[in-house]
Amino acid sequence: MNIIVCIKQVPDPEIPPAKFRIDPEGKRVMPPEGVAPVTSVFDERAMEAALQLKDKYQAKVTAVTLGASAAKSAIRHALSIGADEGVHIQHEAAGELDSFETAFVLTKAIEKIGDYSLILCGRQAADWDAGQVGSLIAENLAIPVVTVARKVDLKDSKVRVESVMQDGYRVIEAPMPALVTVSSEIGLPRLPTGMGILKASRIKITNWNVQDIGAELQGVRRSQLLRLYIPVRETKCQIIEADTVAEAACELALCLRKAKII
Amino acid sequence: MTEFKGVMVCAEFVNGKMSPITMELLGIGRRLADDLGEELSALLIGKEAVPFSREAIAYGGERVYLVSNSPLDSYNSDAYTEAITNVCHQVNPSIVLLGQTDMGRDLAPRLAVRLGGGLAMDCIDLAIDPQTKLMLQTRPVFGGNAYAVMITPTARPQMATVRPKTMSSLERDDSRQGEVVPLEIGIESSMIKAEIIETVKEEVLGIKLEEAEIVVTGGRGIGSVEGFDILRELAGVLGGAVGATRAACDEGLTPATMQVGQTGKIVSPNLYIAVALSGAVQHLAGCSGSKHMVVINTDPDAYIFKVAEWGIVADYKTSLPPFLEKLKELSTQ
Ligand SMILES: Cc1cc2nc3c(=O)[nH]c(=O)nc-3n(C[C@H](O)[C@H](O)[C@H](O)COP(=O)(O)OP(=O)(O)OC[C@H]3O[C@@H](n4cnc5c(N)ncnc54)[C@H](O)[C@@H]3O)c2cc1C
Repeated sequence: MNIIVCIKQVPDPEIPPAKFRIDPEGKRVMPPEGVAPVTSVFDERAMEAALQLKDKYQAKVTAVTLGASAAKSAIRHALSIGADEGVHIQHEAAGELDSFETAFVLTKAIEKIGDYSLILCGRQAADWDAGQVGSLIAENLAIPVVTVARKVDLKDSKVRVESVMQDGYRVIEAPMPALVTVSSEIGLPRLPTGMGILKASRIKITNWNVQDIGAELQGVRRSQLLRLYIPVRETKCQIIEADTVAEAACELALCLRKAKII
Repeated sequence: MTEFKGVMVCAEFVNGKMSPITMELLGIGRRLADDLGEELSALLIGKEAVPFSREAIAYGGERVYLVSNSPLDSYNSDAYTEAITNVCHQVNPSIVLLGQTDMGRDLAPRLAVRLGGGLAMDCIDLAIDPQTKLMLQTRPVFGGNAYAVMITPTARPQMATVRPKTMSSLERDDSRQGEVVPLEIGIESSMIKAEIIETVKEEVLGIKLEEAEIVVTGGRGIGSVEGFDILRELAGVLGGAVGATRAACDEGLTPATMQVGQTGKIVSPNLYIAVALSGAVQHLAGCSGSKHMVVINTDPDAYIFKVAEWGIVADYKTSLPPFLEKLKELSTQ
């Protein structure tokens, strides 16, 4: 069985808000200084889901990324934790593509890779949080899609997914090939081992550009970014201090009572 | 060429009621439609929806499309995608709104492809540009570190999903006039590829997080499963519910259904008590609508202090027990 996992490299989403900078004129986010980019959290989980299936059923896992040259390290990381092959669609302006363009390029790449039973994507990317690409690819390929998975398994010839809901989950079965978007509930991703890193360094990563896969982007875009800004948050916190923690805690309770909140 | 006109809202129902997001969508939809001088319609799907046509009108809809043939009685992504696509092809709305909910999140991108529209997910504000008449879609990006205003220049419909609790609904007014249009949409079984085998409810006992007036949330700093006991006790005394950060869920301290945040539940209680959590923007996305916020954290530099109203710099283990005692004492007075 062949599994394709789409991963995206993003600026570390967990930097302190004070480090977050934008260029409002260029409508761009400035990469935080001295902080290495990471694989988007949910894409890491999608990779984990693929590797769990590989452990259980044997499968060939191919990691695909669309990104500028630096994104190659995301593929290298995927290989070091157990992916078998890597494809880097190198596009320096990848950060400016909208969801439709991104999904279009990835669809073309997946068609070129060809033989697959399952495609896994993160439920949304940790940078633009668009939450569309997985479903768009599935629609482009006219294959079933199940979103926000907390568990992915196989049953007979189908993929069996537990899809997260507000108050529980749904068990959904879909014929393959299918696409599944993965959520954090699947569990923490594994870490690379020394052996894994060594093995990964010997794998040759396939390098394509958008022309190689026939992804003519003219007319694919549907959204336009008009403005990007940082919302103002006002600080008004009153830190309650007292001689002992217990006193401060009682003081806090009294504050809430005085303000008629409790 | 097709003329696209009007605003359409996709309604949702929970436990035999129209869900609050539907009222919110009708509220914002009404404003957009008024600004355009066009019609607001609501699309109601499923048997469960039938009794609610009048209610959708009372909350601002002028026309209700009611699709209630049987394959659509309960949610199925393939069937609903097919049905809504079909309705939109008949109605040709210029704007389509869904909730950023399990259903909306799942359907919206699929519909955008089928309809040829453009889509902005998880919007917290929508407006009509007075000059261009295009819908301005404001959405948090980078977890909420920044806001982006987007448009769909030419693709139609302009689609958006709306974050719960960000739009105000209209007062229910049963004297509002509107028309109910029943539609029959043929769904062939061959169109349904992904089948729902089972729906599992993992309802937590007590008050629902999204509805609680007081929410006590614990983060990674709680450190153990038992650590959450005192939070539950606190929530019990206050008549509230317990939430958690993703880090706490990831580490198995609480079930994932308790996660508050951008990719968890959105809460907007009167009081939010944030315990041993740092206040990541993705977490704040789910609780920044709280009216009052209290923080307990050992780190005075934790970002959560910046957005709270009151705080104490302390270990939760030593500060929550006296806090709880004091609350109990106050509640008997
Ligand atoms: C795309 C994306 C989506 C996300 N969605 C969500 C989401 O929906 N919800 C969410 O919560 N997160 C979400 N996250 C994760 C988020 O970025 C943070 O990683 C997470 O919220 C951190 O959780 P935390 O505050 O519990 O942990 P930490 O950041 O580790 O904070 C722990 C805090 O506990 C304090 N502490 C430790 N011990 C004690 C003690 N004994 N007493 C008192 N204080 C103590 C520490 O000082 C620290 O401030 C998302 C991330 C991404 C990238």
